[in-house]
Amino acid sequence: MKKRWISLFVENEVGVLAKIAGLFSGKSYNLQSLTVGETEDPTVSRMTISLIGDDVTFEQIKKQLNRSVGIIKVIDFTDTPIHMKEILFIKVKGCSHVEKEEVFRIAQVFGIQVTDYGKNSILLESTQTENRNNDVIHLLNQSFSGRLEVVRGGSVAVEAISIQER
Amino acid sequence: MNQIKGTDLLVKALKEEGVDLLFGYPGGQAIDLFNSLYGQNDIEVVLPRHEQALVHAADGYARSTGKVGVCMVTSGPGATNLVTGIATANYDSVPLVCITGQVPTNLIGNDAFQEVDIVGITRSICKHSVTVRDREDLGRIIKEAFYIARTGKPGPVVIDIPKDIQQAYGSDEYPSQVNIRSYKPSTGVHEGQLKKAVKILNASKRPVFLLGGGVKIAHAQEAMTKLAQQTQVPVITTIMGKGAIPTDHPLYVGNIGIHGNYASNTAISQCDVLFSIGTRFNDRITGKISEFAKNASIIHIDIDTASISRNIVVDIPIVADANVAITKMLEYTKPLDTKDWLASIQTWKDSYPIQMNRYPGLNPEKIICQINDMFPDAIVSTDVGQNQLWATQFLSLSGKKQLLTSGGLGTMGYGLPAAIGAKLGNPSQPVIAISGDGGFQMNLQELATAICMELPVIICILNNSWLGNVRQWQEMFFDKRYSATCLRYRRGCIHDCKNPDKCCPPYTPDFVKLAESYGALGIRVEREEDLKAAFAAAGKETKRPTVIEFLIEPEANVSPMVPTGKPLSEMVMDC
Repeated sequence: MKKRWISLFVENEVGVLAKIAGLFSGKSYNLQSLTVGETEDPTVSRMTISLIGDDVTFEQIKKQLNRSVGIIKVIDFTDTPIHMKEILFIKVKGCSHVEKEEVFRIAQVFGIQVTDYGKNSILLESTQTENRNNDVIHLLNQSFSGRLEVVRGGSVAVEAISIQER
Repeated sequence: MNQIKGTDLLVKALKEEGVDLLFGYPGGQAIDLFNSLYGQNDIEVVLPRHEQALVHAADGYARSTGKVGVCMVTSGPGATNLVTGIATANYDSVPLVCITGQVPTNLIGNDAFQEVDIVGITRSICKHSVTVRDREDLGRIIKEAFYIARTGKPGPVVIDIPKDIQQAYGSDEYPSQVNIRSYKPSTGVHEGQLKKAVKILNASKRPVFLLGGGVKIAHAQEAMTKLAQQTQVPVITTIMGKGAIPTDHPLYVGNIGIHGNYASNTAISQCDVLFSIGTRFNDRITGKISEFAKNASIIHIDIDTASISRNIVVDIPIVADANVAITKMLEYTKPLDTKDWLASIQTWKDSYPIQMNRYPGLNPEKIICQINDMFPDAIVSTDVGQNQLWATQFLSLSGKKQLLTSGGLGTMGYGLPAAIGAKLGNPSQPVIAISGDGGFQMNLQELATAICMELPVIICILNNSWLGNVRQWQEMFFDKRYSATCLRYRRGCIHDCKNPDKCCPPYTPDFVKLAESYGALGIRVEREEDLKAAFAAAGKETKRPTVIEFLIEPEANVSPMVPTGKPLSEMVMDC
């Protein structure tokens, strides 16, 4: 079992998202995150999907996706050089003055933006890899357990520009 | 450019696709569709008595003719009644185009009368499903639907057409070309892989071909028979593949699987090369998966990439249409020395033939063998359960003879409507439905369709007064706890009846009287001696169906059998 990434090019049509989500649930494939958005061609949407699975199941998932009408292309990103980011909002609530200073320090160290600020709360915005965001949440949870509001966007990924082009 | 209504474009499209017959059931949101079909002579409209039977009839028509079957029904319940039939067709790769009426686009999502999201409901059980949201897309969508249904691995396509789209005027042009960027079925074959496969085959001592339904769907029977002959490799089939080479061919061994024959299952367990074509290694054929063809190199040809290495990990995967691959292989293959191997298989065949001698008098084997004798070119449909398993065990298939059966989904109620569809598509061939008393009652209303369409189909009801296949399992694995399987049961019966068969209530209905009430010929056969006369009488009918009720041994079992979870080599020979 390992973490996998797939990039999907699909028709930008009603029902395609439902079809893909249904394929995962109907066949008991474990979907971890899915993001979708229009591409430079408005008739095409692009999805970034992450999941955890063994080799055989993952091969099967790719084949199932590939043969579905409405899916234009399936690219396995698992072992490809890619750039990948996830947006994460964390609201830290019920902070004392000292605690706010601590949150600011964490933000600074992790390269996170402080986007909103109130008497007792702070809103952080982090655009980093999924793993890095996991670390931030883990760290904040140690000091602010029960006082966090977490919203994650799911990762988006794109292939790196190849070395030959650099 | 002429402006015509959506429904008129649909009729034009159907004609251009070569549709000369469709199965329809009207309703509020389909009334415009049927109005456009009225008063034209190119497309005949058949009106089954229930939408589930309607889609099975279209399925029987499609399987037996190789054409796309067309269904047209209304929204809501009309559409949901198709669901079982769509799933049936999907599992067995049958090309259908199912057109459903829908409430007008401005009412979609409104919980309007007879509104359901049929595209959502069928998404996981069809090849493609789409709602037409713009009148200008209608022609393209229909064109694509027929193309998707019949190409690649065939399957059902659902087109949902809202009433306002049906009524809207728009272009009368029906496209002649299809170009779908998200659907490119494979048409060729990788010759390198194929040569590698043939090399492995040529080096083997104990090879077998395992053929599934894909060989028949690709119409590769002739090429396959040549290939078997050319290589001298024995042929084993799945239920869906039966008939891929003639069953009386000396190289044909029989069916594999939990009710396959001993020789086939043993040969699969002992072969050194398993050359499989057009099968997806369903759990009903593999038995315990870790023991399946354990010592063999496995080659797998299939049009569907997702069927390869899903259940069984294969050594040589080849994505191709069966006919393309087999025809190509005829160029490379040579005769193998399989004499000893064929002799071993013959010994197994002779030692453990499938037969029902333990049930004297009238038994399913004799009924099906009578069909073999009297109707050598019949199209035979089955229902699901023991009747189906016996048919797949004893039916011989060669030449024009065909077997239509719900192998993947296992849908009771399939037999009669499929026979009706087959007869409509093949009026000059005898068509016989083999059914149980349970399955027949799931769609018996179709006797009316057969009468009204003047179809002399022969319906054989093997009446054992049980849901026999489940009863067999209850007998073998549940200590005869016959829960909800007795069709004679009445409220006054004792609850832990082990079928003493002493003072059971009478069976209902009386199938002969039922047949007669529809205007069909009804015959009851209780003795072996009357078999031939009954089929002879049925064979003389030219305009109406015959129902023959065979009263068979209530507790007759299907033997042999591989119990669930056991390897194919551990068969129970006498169940």
